[in-house]
Amino acid sequence: MSEIVEIGPWRLLSAYFFLLLLLSFIKGQSIGKEKEILVSALRMTVQLILMGYVLVYIFAQNCLSVTLLVFFIMVFFAIRNIFGRVKVPVKKRLRRVIMLSMVAGTSLTIFYFLLLVIHIEPWYEPRYFIPIAGMIIGNSMTGVSLGTERLIGEMKTKKELIEGALMLGATPKDAVLEIIKDTFTSAIMPTINSMVGMGIIFLPGMMTGQILSGVSPMIAIEYQIAIMLGIVGSVSITVFILTRLGYLTFFNRFSQLEE
Amino acid sequence: MFCLRGVRYKNILQIDELEIEAGQITCILGESGSGKTTLLKLLNHLVSCDQGTVHYKGQDVKVLDAVALRRKVVMLPQTPLLFPGTIKKNLLIGLLFSKKEPLADAALLQLLEEVGLKKGLDEDAGTLSGGEKQRLALSRIMLMDPEAILLDEPTSALDDDTGDKIMEYVSRYVKSKGKTLVMVTHNKIIAKNFGEVIVTISGGNVKQIEKEGAIK
Repeated sequence: MSEIVEIGPWRLLSAYFFLLLLLSFIKGQSIGKEKEILVSALRMTVQLILMGYVLVYIFAQNCLSVTLLVFFIMVFFAIRNIFGRVKVPVKKRLRRVIMLSMVAGTSLTIFYFLLLVIHIEPWYEPRYFIPIAGMIIGNSMTGVSLGTERLIGEMKTKKELIEGALMLGATPKDAVLEIIKDTFTSAIMPTINSMVGMGIIFLPGMMTGQILSGVSPMIAIEYQIAIMLGIVGSVSITVFILTRLGYLTFFNRFSQLEE
Repeated sequence: MFCLRGVRYKNILQIDELEIEAGQITCILGESGSGKTTLLKLLNHLVSCDQGTVHYKGQDVKVLDAVALRRKVVMLPQTPLLFPGTIKKNLLIGLLFSKKEPLADAALLQLLEEVGLKKGLDEDAGTLSGGEKQRLALSRIMLMDPEAILLDEPTSALDDDTGDKIMEYVSRYVKSKGKTLVMVTHNKIIAKNFGEVIVTISGGNVKQIEKEGAIK
């Protein structure tokens, strides 16, 4: 296998030609989004360069506390992102459940994955830990966002049905069982669907990256299959915690629906 | 059976004292917006009062398990509530929720006949008319064999004739089985015809309590 070709600054600049192409299309049709596009491209460039330096530094350190710090920063931003992405107001109690589900679900999966599946020494080796944690946290974030929005929406639109079930002596859990199932399904479906298209419709980013850097495609798919299963695990655990504890935040200690 | 003292709920209800006796049909009469539905929900502890106490059989509802209470004091909401699925599923769901044994089909069919609902058990409940839905919802509650039944405007979706028939059926059931019935209505005629005790409320206050032997 040959080593990867380094692009270098000048040829990288030439890739910005595609951005100029987009800008000329936008201008030609007077769509008027030039500023947004420029800002987005600039943000991508700056954020990635900074991340490059950060990763170089962290890889050089190879120390447990720095790796864990990065993990918690990633989870923190993922949680913030969930709160931002969900378009309806989220109550404080539910916010706590979201935080718990993200921290517990992703860390359990990552530790299982690194210790058992990949089995590296030391287990916190940042070159493995950080990209894997990123993929697991990112996908769980999407699942939890979808689940939270669905849960809040369903609890609102099915309020009468829930109250009706309570009037018939249902426990809060029985009264919302259908909603819990529905929320769980809708939150994990995108992950399930992405498994279906994998390898045919698209080559996943991690696998592409490994192949480009000279890794044999067979090893690349090994990693891809493993990480996909890890993502399934993490999304399942986070969404499971979200739904099983989340519905409780809509009821008070008298099994009444909270206002 | 129920005893309310010094009850305040938001700006909706102010009840200094109200006692609802066991084994009787009590009608709560009042205009819409007078807090009647809230009053019913206080009795099965679906809402808690801000001040005062609500007692069920001498015990404060706040110390009772709310779910267990609602299995004994079952409420029928104003809009009949149907769950997606067959008539049979809808009949049995109250027993399912309250963790009681389901009944055999024959008993269910007999009940449907008694309330005048000529439908098969496997028919989709979604196709029923408003009046049929109400009868189905009522049958479901009677299957649960509760100690007390709370009805919120049970005849509002029905024409007078059907409303009367249903009320006659319910009151017969209640009297023959020694149940307690609390019914909210804005219809004075229904209250007069079926209520043994009529509590008039207005603006969240109890205005008048009349007792009469109206039954039969």
